[in-house]
Amino acid sequence: MRGEAIEAMLPFLDGLYANPSGSHRFARRARQAVDEARDRVAAVVGCHPNEVVFTGCGTESDNTAILGAVSRIGGVAVCPAVEHHAVLHAVEHTGGRTVAVDRFGRVDLDALASTLDDLTGDDRPGVAIVSVMAVNNEVGTVTDLAEVARVVRRHAPAALVHTDAVQAASWLDLREITPHVDLLSLSAHKFGGPKGVGVLVERGGPRVDPLIIGGGQERERRSGTHNTGGIVAASIALELTDLERPTENVRLAELRDRLVKGLQSNLDGVHETVPVEHKVAGSGHVCVEGIESEALLFLLDEAGVCASAASACASGAMEPSHVLAAMGVDRSRALGSLRLSLGHTTTADDVDRAVDVLGPAIRRLRAGVGR
Amino acid sequence: MSGGVDSSVAALLLQRAGHDVVGVTMKLWGGDSDTGCCSVSDVDDARRVAQQLGIDHLVFNFGDDFDAHVVEPYVDAHTRGITPNPCIECNRSVKFARLAERADLLGFDAVATGHHANIGTTPDGRFTLERGADPAKDQSYVVHMLDQARLARTMFPVGGLHKSEVRELAADIDLRTADKPDSQDVCFITSTGGRTAFLGDRIPFRPASVVDTSGEQLGAVESVELVTVGQRKGLGLPGGGPKRYVVDVDTAAGVVTVGSDDDLLRPGLSVGAVTWVDEPVEGDVLVQCSAHGEPRPATIVTGRASDRTSGDLAIRWQTPQRRIAPGQSVVFYDGTRVLGGGICR
Repeated sequence: MRGEAIEAMLPFLDGLYANPSGSHRFARRARQAVDEARDRVAAVVGCHPNEVVFTGCGTESDNTAILGAVSRIGGVAVCPAVEHHAVLHAVEHTGGRTVAVDRFGRVDLDALASTLDDLTGDDRPGVAIVSVMAVNNEVGTVTDLAEVARVVRRHAPAALVHTDAVQAASWLDLREITPHVDLLSLSAHKFGGPKGVGVLVERGGPRVDPLIIGGGQERERRSGTHNTGGIVAASIALELTDLERPTENVRLAELRDRLVKGLQSNLDGVHETVPVEHKVAGSGHVCVEGIESEALLFLLDEAGVCASAASACASGAMEPSHVLAAMGVDRSRALGSLRLSLGHTTTADDVDRAVDVLGPAIRRLRAGVGR
Repeated sequence: MSGGVDSSVAALLLQRAGHDVVGVTMKLWGGDSDTGCCSVSDVDDARRVAQQLGIDHLVFNFGDDFDAHVVEPYVDAHTRGITPNPCIECNRSVKFARLAERADLLGFDAVATGHHANIGTTPDGRFTLERGADPAKDQSYVVHMLDQARLARTMFPVGGLHKSEVRELAADIDLRTADKPDSQDVCFITSTGGRTAFLGDRIPFRPASVVDTSGEQLGAVESVELVTVGQRKGLGLPGGGPKRYVVDVDTAAGVVTVGSDDDLLRPGLSVGAVTWVDEPVEGDVLVQCSAHGEPRPATIVTGRASDRTSGDLAIRWQTPQRRIAPGQSVVFYDGTRVLGGGICR
C-alpha cells in the first residue's frame, strides 16, 4: 500500500471507529470522510459523486454490473473471451455469450456486432449488458472503449456498456474512458490502496439491481456497513495515482522495456506477447520458449524474485491462461508465459536484479539439469 | 502431499531427519470428484500440514498430463474391454515421471511419497524395492514400475511403519490429518456416480448378449464396456443354479461369455509392457494381480525372441488360477521383494 493511504486509514481503525451511518458526532465525522472520499474518486473518474458506489472488491463491482443488469433489464450478458474471471464467470453464470478477440486480445468488433445482431430483434432475448475490459490484466492490452461503445449503441441500443477498469486505473486517464460507458469497476489494491475495497460507477443514477440487499447504504445500491478506513485510503491512493500517472507512465515504460530487452539480449526465444504500442506501461508479459513457467516461478521465488504466470485456481494451482488461449497463442508456448508487472515501487535496480536472476534460471531449465 | 496422513507424516519424518523439505501437491483433475486427492479441501489439508511443519508448499498443475496419460487411456481401454488400473498409470506417467522430472530440474535430490513400500540397497550398490511393513497397507504393487534410476531418487519414509504408527506420529503433534480416512477409490470417479456415470459421460455404451461357453444366449447387458472378466454380479441372469462368472468379454462382437468357476481357470497368462526393478528375471516367482491380491507361485517362461523385444512375457501358474482381467497390472515378487511387473494381455 502507499504510505499515504496507510496513514489515511489508521484513524478509522482506532479513534474514528464509528459507523458512518450513525447519527452521533463521531458517526458524522466518519460520514464526512466517506463523502470526501467519494468526491475524490469522482474527480479522478470524471463522474458525479452520486454516481460512485463503494463495494467490497473489484469482483463484487463486476458481478453487480453483470448480474444486476441481467436482473433489471432482462436479456443476455456479452463479453470478450479474455475478460477477468470476475466478469467472464458472471457472464457464463447467467448464460451469456463470449466474443472472439484478435491476436493482441482486443475484442473483434465485427464479431461483437454480429453477436449483438443475433441477440436482438423480434423473438430474441435481447442484450442486457456488454462488458469489455479497459486493460487486460494478464497481457496489458488496451481496448478502445469509444469504438466498443459505438458498436453497442448501434447494434444493441438498449444494452448497458460496462468496463472492468480494475487494471486501467494506474495507467489510463479514467476521465477519457468514463464518458463512453454506463458502468465502470475499480479495485483499490491495484493502485496502492487496501484489499477489500472496490468501486462501481453507475452513470446517470441506478442502472442495475443491487447485489447486496440490507441496510440500504450507498443509496440502496450496496448495503453493508461502510469500510470507512478502507474507502478513505482507496480514495487517497487513487488521487495520488492520478497525479503521478503521467510521469509514472514514462518512467515505467522505460523500465519495462529495459526488463524485456534485457531478457531478450541474454536469451533466445523470449517473446513479448503484446507489442508495447498496444499495452500499458507496467505490463511486461512474455512467453519463454522451452520452459514451463510453473518450474521457473519456483526458481525465481528461491532467488527472491516474485513473479506470476497466469491466474491461480482455488487449489493454488496455475491454470492454463484462458486469455492466451483466446488470443490464439499455442498451448505449449503459453506454458512458458510469465507476467512481470511493474508498479509505483519498482526501481531500475529491481529490473536489473530480475534480469540477472531470470537469465540463469531460464538457461538452467532449458539445459534440464539440477543444481 | 495428497492431504492424507501418510504423506503428512512422510514430510514430518524427512524434516526430523534433517532434510530440506518442500511439500508439493499435484493438481491433476479438474472435474467433479468427491473422493480424490486433489480436491480443494485436500489441497487445503496438505498446505495446512506444511504450514504447521514450517515447510514451503507448492501446487503443480499436471492436469494435461493426467488427462493424456491416465484419464483418456482409461476411457479408451473400456471401449476395448480392458480394465486398467489408473492409479498405477498415474504413478508411472505422472508422479514418478512428470513430478519426479520437475523435482530433478529444480535441483531436488529426491521425491518422497507416503507410499507403504521400502527401498533398500544391496551390498553391490543396487536398489531394491520391498513390500511395506504393514501387510494390510502394503503399496509395493502400485509402485512396481520404479527402476534403478528412479529408485535412486525416491524415498518412502513411512514404508517401515504400520498405519497405526503413522497415525500416532501425526496425532502426537496434532496434525489435522491424523484421523483422516484412507482414500479408497479412483480420484476422478465420484462415489455417487461411480464408473458408470464417468464412462457414460464420455463413451456411448453398447449392449451385448450374455452367452454360456457353448454359445447359447442366456441374457443381455446394456453396456458391454462396464463388464469385467471375473465379474459375477450385474449380468441380469436369473438366480439359482451354479455360480456363473464372466470368462470373456468381446466388445467388438458384443458378446459376454459366462461360465463356471472352473471355466475361469487358466494355466497361465501373457504379460506385456514389462518393466524391471533391476535385471530381468526368469524362473520361479510369486505373482500378484491386484493391489491386495494373494501372491501365487508361478514360473516366468522364456518367451520367443520377438516377445522379449516387445516386453512381453508368458507366466505359467503352478496350479491353474482364475483368469486375470486384461489391463490389470501383474507384479512379480521374490518373497517380499518386487522384481518387476507389467500389464495382463
